[in-house]
Amino acid sequence: MLPTVSGVFAQIAELVLAVLVAPLLTGWVNMCRAWLQNRSAPPLLAPYRVLAKLFQKEPVLAHNASPLFRITPYILFGCMCLAAAIVPSLDTNLPFNTAADAIALVGLFALARVFMSLAAMDVGTAFGSLGARREMMVGFLAEPALLIVLFTASLISHTTSLATTVEKLAGMELVIYPSLAFAGVAFTMVSLAENARIPVDNPATHLELTMIHEAMILEYSGRLLALAEWAASLKLFVYSCIGIALFVPFGISDGGDWAGILLAVPVLMAKLAAGGFLLALIETLSAKMRIFRAPEFLGAAFLLAVLAMLIHFLLEG
Amino acid sequence: MSLELYLVLGIPLLGGILLGLWGHKTWAAELNAAMSALTFLAAAVLTARIISEGPMLTADEQFFVDPLNVFLVALTAFVSMTTSLFSRPYMRIEHAHGRLSDRRLRLYHSMYQMFIFTMLLVLLTNNLGILWVALEAATLTTVLLVSLYRSAASLEAAWKYFILCGVGIAQALFGTILVFSASEKMLGSGGGTLLWTRLAEVSANLEPTVMSLAFVFLLVGYGTKVGLVPLHNWLPDAHAEGPTPVSAVLSGLLLNVALYALLRCKVLVDGALQTAFTSQLLMGFGLLSVVVAAFFLSRQKDIKRMFAYSSIEHMGLVTFAFGMGGPVANFAGLLHMTVHSLTKSAIFFAVGHATQKAGTQIMDDIRGLIRINPTVGWGLMLGSIAILGLPPFGVFASEFLILTSAMRQQPWATPFLLVSLGVAFAAVFSKVQPMVFGESEGSRALKRLPHQPALLPVFVHLSIVLVLGLYIPPHLADWYRQAAKLIG
Amino acid sequence: MHLPLSSQIINLLAAIMLLIAFAMLTQRRILTLINLFAMQGLTLTLSTAVVAWTTSQPHLYWSALITVLLKVVLLPLILHRLIRKLEVKWDVETLINIPTTMIVGIVLVILAFNVALPISALAGTITRGTLGIAMASVLLAFLMMITRSKAVPQVIGFLAMENGLFFAATSATYGMPMVVELGIALDVLVGMVILGVFFFQIRERFDSLDIRHLEKLKEE
Repeated sequence: MLPTVSGVFAQIAELVLAVLVAPLLTGWVNMCRAWLQNRSAPPLLAPYRVLAKLFQKEPVLAHNASPLFRITPYILFGCMCLAAAIVPSLDTNLPFNTAADAIALVGLFALARVFMSLAAMDVGTAFGSLGARREMMVGFLAEPALLIVLFTASLISHTTSLATTVEKLAGMELVIYPSLAFAGVAFTMVSLAENARIPVDNPATHLELTMIHEAMILEYSGRLLALAEWAASLKLFVYSCIGIALFVPFGISDGGDWAGILLAVPVLMAKLAAGGFLLALIETLSAKMRIFRAPEFLGAAFLLAVLAMLIHFLLEG
Repeated sequence: MSLELYLVLGIPLLGGILLGLWGHKTWAAELNAAMSALTFLAAAVLTARIISEGPMLTADEQFFVDPLNVFLVALTAFVSMTTSLFSRPYMRIEHAHGRLSDRRLRLYHSMYQMFIFTMLLVLLTNNLGILWVALEAATLTTVLLVSLYRSAASLEAAWKYFILCGVGIAQALFGTILVFSASEKMLGSGGGTLLWTRLAEVSANLEPTVMSLAFVFLLVGYGTKVGLVPLHNWLPDAHAEGPTPVSAVLSGLLLNVALYALLRCKVLVDGALQTAFTSQLLMGFGLLSVVVAAFFLSRQKDIKRMFAYSSIEHMGLVTFAFGMGGPVANFAGLLHMTVHSLTKSAIFFAVGHATQKAGTQIMDDIRGLIRINPTVGWGLMLGSIAILGLPPFGVFASEFLILTSAMRQQPWATPFLLVSLGVAFAAVFSKVQPMVFGESEGSRALKRLPHQPALLPVFVHLSIVLVLGLYIPPHLADWYRQAAKLIG
Repeated sequence: MHLPLSSQIINLLAAIMLLIAFAMLTQRRILTLINLFAMQGLTLTLSTAVVAWTTSQPHLYWSALITVLLKVVLLPLILHRLIRKLEVKWDVETLINIPTTMIVGIVLVILAFNVALPISALAGTITRGTLGIAMASVLLAFLMMITRSKAVPQVIGFLAMENGLFFAATSATYGMPMVVELGIALDVLVGMVILGVFFFQIRERFDSLDIRHLEKLKEE
């Protein structure tokens, strides 16, 4: 299918929107969390200011930092941008559809994870290796769960291409799919783990021994740190978009319609705001688990995902 | 309207309630025996009526009595009566020895009557669902009886009993649900779908796959209560740790009643499948039980555990016989159920008093019974000889019939059966003989019992078994034949 | 092909029942276990009521009423009182660790679905797809009974198994005749009472409700 003009426009719009709005989403989540904890909130645009400040500073690197260490933040950012381009958040008629499907998406996240872990171990500090080990453990358990969630959605739509899946799901009448309900819960658990949120990891912690994600970017500074932080916000954005696309796909335009694409933007913002609030709520209500319980948490997520698939076969097959 | 039937069920129920209130009084044991005697009278009248008039279906088709279950009703009522006669002095001695308090005696007496009630309900009901409910209720009434002594071992035995039988019977519930779903298609929904008589009429039209799956679950479920290997784990513990009258009724009656439930289901499934599926399953489990029980038997040190394994062995033999099918094997199975019930309870009566005299259940510590109390000694000796299948006792006749049918129909099984019976014979005889005739050393002297032991029931049972071994009255034989025909 | 709304609701309730069965398998606190059991009873009641409404079978309303009274109100109440008196709060140890239990649970669920498929094809009710879930709940409850080392969770597993069987009855056959259901309810209630007495006896003897004290009688 040749790319149409509206398709290309939608693709670029998605990418630009993702890159620009991701820090806003992070700021919104922080603000909601502060409200729920009865504190005064940091300003909504604070992450932008942090990024701006960091970009102006010169990165300070260790003596034994290899080239890998220096290019990793660029790779991270690139992976997340690509992922943002693949996930249909505004329109399902994207030119990149044919390039990557759901499995490739998971592969992209894995690529980012591998590079981050390597860079963390690169300089040779203790905390870097600690963070890398833990990240790998979480990833090893979260990836299968994510895959199976995507498979469940694919089983319903008979394709692994995300765009086609979203198109089918958006187009169906309102049917209660228990398998999707279970898959939704599993997906939430996986995204909490992957985005380093409570109950798996505290993004606001300063205690190195309890860190997972933060420990890996401990050695970065200046614009490298800015890129790493931006990549993390983008990851949260992309995960939220995947969740929205699979489980609440109404409002995503199904190709060709300029008005539809323009309408999809405020709908997306509204859904992201709601999702951000939900995330803040979950973070406030839970406590961070001890590290050795993380496998149980993720095992439960995996279980739910497998259950979702089995229920699909039994009740909807 | 059948007065005898309502009396047969109503008297034990009333007895349970009355003894729940007054079971601790000095005359409680006499009341218990009296209620059981009345139950037996009602059962005898009911039996006479069925023999003369044929099968009876009453109370809006909820109760059904035919030759198969009426003979079991008579047997149950009889053995429960004699056991209550035995339990009177036995419990008195236990009370005097300080092993049981008044409150526990009250619990014991009322649960005893309730247990009889539930067993009779299982036998007389026509509704498969009520059959399940009553069999589960029978388990519940005996759980507290097994743990009556409150020792660590008895609590464990009762816990195992409850959990294993509970899980097993849940499988049977699933099987019943499957039967119900199959029958609903034929008979429509409403109360008639679980009635055995109606199901038996339409059994040829029931779905074969559902019925065969249902039979597997029912076999696992009710088979646990019969004590078929490998679901038998609760049986030795429950028999060893509960009071002896409870062991007697468990071995003598509950196993039979559970097997009856299995037989009724077998008839339905055979009608639906028209293959040898159920026969093969029953023969397999039966043979396995006989072999495994015989080998475990030889390793036992506790006398009640040993005889518990003997019960497993004999029930396995009966299951095998019913699995073979045909008029001779079924007749032999029914006869064996009767004589095993009578002989095993007689043995437990003798064992009960023997262990009371010796103060222990370990066989190595009991010696020389014949010298101190000849009646107990002879009771035990004769009972053991009877259960091992020596002529002229009835067990020999039924075992002979089963073995000859096996040689004709399933010759491959005969060596297994013979070896197992031989092993059991050697084991039991070698253990019982020194207990009865051996030299009693001074330190293990047997005590005098504070009350006169009741040994009349032992000899009544054994004489009936002897008579059945020598000569089966034509009336009785006819009755067995009719029942055998019903099993198919 | 979309099912009517009532079937979708029943399917959703069935899925929730399976979820609760898994949650009970991995739960450590006994208090939460009892609450989960009550929720399972509630799901069962709702499912029975929906079936009653769609198929116009008034006797199922009575069945739903018995279920809610027994399994949502009475039994959890008895259990709560029991654990308060016995002072049991936490069951930290399971016999195999939780991730392994979960994997075994998944295998059992697949097994149950396979076994149920031929039966579902033969049943004539609207809810026949849920028979597999009912069997899976039974097997999971059974697994829970085996892998626990304290007495109270074992009993709750037993009751959960009975819940699963009841669900199987409603999904395969629109419920059993009333008299049978009353009998089963009575059995369950009496069983609970007897178990309550029994727990006190065990605790009195062993000063704990750890099942491993009850494993001394073995074959020599």
